[in-house]
Amino acid sequence: MDARLQFLADTPAAPASPAADPIVRLNRFTRRFGDVTVIDGLDLAIQPGEFVALLGRSGSGKTTLLRTLAGLDSADGQDVTVPTARAVVFQDARLLPWKKVWRNVALGLKGADIRARAQHALKEVGLGHRLDAWPLTLSGGEAQRVALARALVREPQLLLLDEPFAALDALTRLRMHELVLALWRAHGCAVLMVTHDVDEAVALADRILVLDGGRIAAQERITIARGARAELTLPLKEKLLGILGGTPAHSGLPDHVIPFPHAAAGA
Amino acid sequence: MSTRILARLARSRWSSPLVLLVVWELASRSGLIPERTLAAPSAVVATLWTMLVSGELPQNLLVSFWRVGLGLSIGVAAGVVLALVAGLSRQGEAAVDPIMQIKRTIPTLALTPLFIVWFGIGETPKVALIAFASMFPVYLNLYSGIRGVDVRLLEGARSFGLSQAELIWHVILPGALPALLTGLRYSLSIAILVLVVAEQINASAGLGYLINNARDFMRTDIIVVCLMVYAVLGLGADALVRTIERRALVWRPSLIKA
Ligand SMILES: Nc1ncnc2c1ncn2[C@@H]1O[C@H](COP(=O)(O)OP(=O)(O)OP(=O)(O)O)[C@@H](O)[C@H]1O
Ligand SMILES: [Mg+2]
Repeated sequence: MDARLQFLADTPAAPASPAADPIVRLNRFTRRFGDVTVIDGLDLAIQPGEFVALLGRSGSGKTTLLRTLAGLDSADGQDVTVPTARAVVFQDARLLPWKKVWRNVALGLKGADIRARAQHALKEVGLGHRLDAWPLTLSGGEAQRVALARALVREPQLLLLDEPFAALDALTRLRMHELVLALWRAHGCAVLMVTHDVDEAVALADRILVLDGGRIAAQERITIARGARAELTLPLKEKLLGILGGTPAHSGLPDHVIPFPHAAAGA
Repeated sequence: MSTRILARLARSRWSSPLVLLVVWELASRSGLIPERTLAAPSAVVATLWTMLVSGELPQNLLVSFWRVGLGLSIGVAAGVVLALVAGLSRQGEAAVDPIMQIKRTIPTLALTPLFIVWFGIGETPKVALIAFASMFPVYLNLYSGIRGVDVRLLEGARSFGLSQAELIWHVILPGALPALLTGLRYSLSIAILVLVVAEQINASAGLGYLINNARDFMRTDIIVVCLMVYAVLGLGADALVRTIERRALVWRPSLIKA
């Protein structure tokens, strides 16, 4: 019952109008490692406030793309536009174990009342009571929430998430989805989330991109309100998994797992 | 009652050393161990007491303390500086590390004759030997600690726009601190080891002087007292580093629970 009511209350937040200037723009972006071209002439635009999920096989270059957007790898003179206000959440929370939780959140912040800002951000993720905890005493889910707080305290225009919930159990993951959506609505930042989980992508994103062969091989825009996507999930999942190189029926894998590349594709 | 105490004694880790002491004392009293071979425990305790009261032991201990303290300070400081230079920059590594690796192959104590030729037989060669020996463990551990800092943590911090200096201060140095403390512990024990040898160089004060003197007069009681002091020094050094570790590494889970 409760859940249904929440569905009805779910309004599509900040619909990305195509007229707005994209906050992220890549034109024919290419990334090579030695002889291997991982990203090959990729075009991408993300609107302000848009929630984009990025799917792709293992090794298809999702992390490589995200690292470029995060500024961790230089784009060496290519046509790449990204906002300077951006923040990353990695799969492993990457908290500094020798700094208390709030100091991790405040890392690199300048100005006065840093602790108050960190405290506010931690309250947002429901960890207002663990301000002075040591990171190594946190559970995986808590550490990931701290990482979210650390990203959001900087008020990024672009939030980059690289499989942030892959290591969490199913129940915690669902609660993290709600949290991410709530935070996204509250902060209005654009989100690019890398995930292996098609269900997760369908549940959260405005738009789903599939990275394959170094480019965006397919994309799906979802206009249905987030709560009402249940019926949509199955056909969309079939379709996306088809694009990713194997239908659930054929792969014999659990139906939310993206299969590894086929021998032909890997060669 | 007394049987319970005896039973507990039998299980305690103290029992075997105690038995050894009692046997030693009995053997000395019965003349089985002559005094010029090894003084009885009771005689050692009595000697310790007179040496304490007369000020002979504290004065000489202070001299030895001063040598270790000065040598360690110089050695540890040099080791830390060199490790920072080698750990934080490629050019520094190229300049410093090969020399340190060559130095490592030479046993410090083998340098004693050379140091005597260079520095004479005063305080300088003693302090220099200690400094020289204690430099390397700190250097080696801190250097590999800096190089071993988790790149993923570095990258995470870098993604939040930290400058190079901030990265060093917030990530690299705290990350290398456990390694530095390990190095410090080795340095402390090596410093005491070198002290023992360095004080054999024509000393006119210090623990080594006491031992040399006692040897000449075959005072095994004094020798044993000095050995005990060396042992206490070693234990104290270890306790010191442990205390520093407890303070500096509170974030470690094993220490959090304790
Ligand atoms: N620094 C690097 N040097 C050489 N090759 C690299 C480097 N980083 C990534 N690659 C290669 O680029 C390809 C894409 O890697 P990337 O990490 O982006 O994949 P991914 O899509 O994130 O995969 P996964 O889903 O398993 O995380 C892989 O084949 C990888 O081996
Ligand atoms: Mg990846």
